[in-house]
Amino acid sequence: MTEMVKKDTGTDVATVERTRTGTTYVPRCDIVETDDELLLYGDLPGVKSENLDVRFENERLIIHGKVEPRHEDREFVYGEYGIGDYYREFHIFEGVDAEKISADLKNGVLCVHLPKTEAVKPRRIEVKAD
Amino acid sequence: MLATRWQPFGLGEMWSEMNRLHEEMDRLFGRYGVGDGRRAVAPAYPAMNLWQDEDNLYCEAELPGMELADLEIYATGGNQLTIKGKREAPSHEQGTWHRRERGYGSFARVLTLPQEVDAERVEAKFCHGVLCVILPKREESKPRRIEVKAG
Repeated sequence: MTEMVKKDTGTDVATVERTRTGTTYVPRCDIVETDDELLLYGDLPGVKSENLDVRFENERLIIHGKVEPRHEDREFVYGEYGIGDYYREFHIFEGVDAEKISADLKNGVLCVHLPKTEAVKPRRIEVKAD
Repeated sequence: MLATRWQPFGLGEMWSEMNRLHEEMDRLFGRYGVGDGRRAVAPAYPAMNLWQDEDNLYCEAELPGMELADLEIYATGGNQLTIKGKREAPSHEQGTWHRRERGYGSFARVLTLPQEVDAERVEAKFCHGVLCVILPKREESKPRRIEVKAG
């Protein structure tokens, strides 16, 4: 099931502060640029869409996913990874149409669509034959 | 092994030096817990964690981008858990990749559990990219309290 997360371009949004102890991890991301948009994929397992904060301000795309602790009341036996929040910032160049940025979260993978403004889309130039 | 996120500090050598000191200190002071306390290096993808309570073992793995149908989970031999699957890369033929950090492809991992489990009653749940396998312990392998008779 796909959950839609709409981001907010308001500049009066406060920065998120940590109110509980815990580790914050840097999620692995893929960025691909097509003719029409920039696409960003991020691995954020364990983040629900209501705990995911994606915002675009001052040319920065900020991704903050809060993860609820899991298995807290159980006895820990063996571990290879830690459980914690995800945070990452990207500096996006000016050619992005901030109004049309959209994001969705499916199975722990965040996909952010950053459409390019018309001015920076590649235009094919006609070559007139002799 | 390709984890879902970067290790803190990011620089290989510096991290392993600091990690070594960290682990020495944890061993000295006996600190346990999920997260940065006692962490083993996963030999393969995916990284797995194990918890338990009286009746069950809980095995968890972070598998973002997988569909439950693409995952194969087997409980074999009484105390082995096998997780297999494949993650497809999103295809963008004409796009330019600026960053490629996430891994794709097939994976398989076998974990030997500390206790025997009842394969018939194993359950698996997958939400928000996290797989949790609940393995009920076999009655015979549960710890039994021994009565001490006063003499």
